[in-house]
Amino acid sequence: MSDKKKDDLDYETTGHSWDGIKEYNKPLPKWWVWTFYACIVWGVGYAIAYPAWPLINGATPGLLGFSTRGEVAEDIARVEEANSAINAKLAATELTEIAADAELAGYANNAGSAVFKTWCAQCHGSGAGGAVGYPNLRDDAWLWGGSIEDIHLTISHGIRNETDDDARYSEMPAFGRDELLEKEEIVQVVNYVQTLSGETPNDAAAAAAGEELFADNCSSCHAEDGSGDRSQGAPNLTDALWLYGGDYDTILETVNNARFGVMPPWTDRLSEAEIRAVAVYVHGLGGGEASE
Amino acid sequence: MSDNNTPAPSLYASREPIFPKRVTGAFRNLKWIIMAFTLGIYYLTPWIRWDRGSLLPDQAVLIDLANRRFYFFWIEIWSHEFYFVAGLLIMAGLGLFLFTSALGRVWCGYTCPQTVWTDLFILVERWIEGDRNARLRLHRQKKMDFRKARLVATKWIAWFGIGLATGGAWVFYFSDAPTLLVDLVTGQAHPVAYTTMLVLTFTTFFFGGFAREQICIYACPWPRIQAAMMDEDTLTVGYREWRGEPRGKHRKGDDAKELGDCIDCMACVNVCPMGIDIRDGQQMECITCALCIDACDDIMDKIGKPRGLIDYLAFSDEPREREGNPPRPVWAHIFRFRTMMYTGLWSLVGVGLVFALFIRPEIEMTVAPLRNPTFVTMSDGSIRNTYDVRLLNKHGEDRPFRLTIKGDPSLYMQLEGTPYETVTVKANETKLQKLHIIAPRHSAPADAERVDVRIWVEDLTTHERAHNDTIFNGRTNK
Repeated sequence: MSDKKKDDLDYETTGHSWDGIKEYNKPLPKWWVWTFYACIVWGVGYAIAYPAWPLINGATPGLLGFSTRGEVAEDIARVEEANSAINAKLAATELTEIAADAELAGYANNAGSAVFKTWCAQCHGSGAGGAVGYPNLRDDAWLWGGSIEDIHLTISHGIRNETDDDARYSEMPAFGRDELLEKEEIVQVVNYVQTLSGETPNDAAAAAAGEELFADNCSSCHAEDGSGDRSQGAPNLTDALWLYGGDYDTILETVNNARFGVMPPWTDRLSEAEIRAVAVYVHGLGGGEASE
Repeated sequence: MSDNNTPAPSLYASREPIFPKRVTGAFRNLKWIIMAFTLGIYYLTPWIRWDRGSLLPDQAVLIDLANRRFYFFWIEIWSHEFYFVAGLLIMAGLGLFLFTSALGRVWCGYTCPQTVWTDLFILVERWIEGDRNARLRLHRQKKMDFRKARLVATKWIAWFGIGLATGGAWVFYFSDAPTLLVDLVTGQAHPVAYTTMLVLTFTTFFFGGFAREQICIYACPWPRIQAAMMDEDTLTVGYREWRGEPRGKHRKGDDAKELGDCIDCMACVNVCPMGIDIRDGQQMECITCALCIDACDDIMDKIGKPRGLIDYLAFSDEPREREGNPPRPVWAHIFRFRTMMYTGLWSLVGVGLVFALFIRPEIEMTVAPLRNPTFVTMSDGSIRNTYDVRLLNKHGEDRPFRLTIKGDPSLYMQLEGTPYETVTVKANETKLQKLHIIAPRHSAPADAERVDVRIWVEDLTTHERAHNDTIFNGRTNK
């Protein structure tokens, strides 16, 4: 077999043999095993320096005092620090001037979006589409006004709360519950209100009779023509939008027991910059009105 | 278990230092050319200028991570067109398949950065410390005298300089090179630039100076993958043992017929950057750099034997040549079904990419209907849908675009923030424009569940048009 250059036996083996199968000697490089030892040393050091061993409540804290929560807190502090200048500028700029400053408006819009999704979405919906009793902020109807100043005032002090003297406050009488009107009269008013927004009343004769009752009892807030009064937060009854619903039964319920939708004041929970940011955001959702 | 009583050898071995000898020849020259070419591309590309107008960067090749733009001479790729890069990666993959099936580990031997930079480091080492024998002597000299210290220090400084230039060149691809160079020197560059440079300097220094062939043998997965792409027609560097054996020194009086052509001069082993003996046959460590071919051809010339004792060979050549047949021509190995397939696929992707590049629309618009809420009822009873329209201006100047809609005639549109139909998009930017589509009360679209609507955009500079189909949700949509 001299013409055969390589016989298996010519290779260096470790000397191990199992059922005639031999193991080639292919040693690992030494630096490899040293790397392995270095990893062990690193691992021990890591377990001492960083949180590592699980305990019943949490884990060993580690010498460096690192925690992911702490890191998040640091990140938040860093972002707040970085935003402090523009937040100060936002708080100091005239509300009507914000839109003219592209950088400030862009910041306010993004910051306001975050504030809205954290604090406002629970009632108004994450898309600001509202719900029954909670106004849709994207349409063009506003109970208390849709200018940036009006929105800012509403957010700052809220609606109908006793804790803030500056809150927007109005209250519709419960005509049925407090027996201000007879049942018959309430039915007539409800039928009349249906006609205000162009709907067909359940009872045309009752609706005709309701006109005078409306003028006597409702027009001081909702205006003679039913177009409402923003200074009192009285809704426009002639448009197509109903906060609680525009069908006969819902209007009947409203006139009988009245409504008392509230919104909390936010000055004690949000900074002035945050309130302004969310005001800019809401104003830009598609229904914002120009300032007078 | 052990079949003898000798103790088992150690499981771990020290690295055997390798001192590749200088070699001359055709493959060495080719490798010098490839080294100069590839390193030249790497170091010089960021400095090429390309005029794109005053508002866009004038660097020919620039990866602008902050603005998510990739500039390549006349081509500009935005992040949403990353599929071009994916296509190039597919081409690179298929190209590697092609070259590996035809020429084995030709990538490893000639163009892999690890090979090119190691080659450069060995060149520098040879300039400073001398050729193989001088380096061996220096290595074996245990005493650290002034000369050895000076040589080693000089070598390390030179390596470090190469490493620094390598890391430095890398960061220039990501920022305006002349500006960044000034910033780097004056200490005003971003920490990321310094960190990247530091990491790449260190890895270049370490991989090229010390790790060298260890990277190929222990760290790189590619040699293992390549084995699956080679077949019996793949050309790799091989030794014609049927011609060379039995090897031996040719002495006077020997009957030359008893010995093969190999004179066991070790020239092939001495030049090998991987520290292997090619005469042991094809092996995992061989990167097919072909330097042993040059070395052996040189010896064969000197002893008056034909060249090609070590040569590019295919596995299928062995039985054929053992029977005394002449070597098959190279083209017969290279042009075969498998390589044709790879070439075809590679070309297909390439042509597809070029095609896609040319039909790429000049104006781009995306339309995202606002789904929360799906529609808004306005006080006059009309139904309004809102759409986020993103307009891309890929040009070097600000451009006006006109937006219009086509659909049910009762529908009309309003742009948020402007009473007009025209919006201006700044140069090289994307503008997000809110667009409202309104259906009057009691109109068909307002009462329908949904209707189709098409949004048109017109570039008022070129009058090019593009459209996007979307839907309008009526009030009966749930």
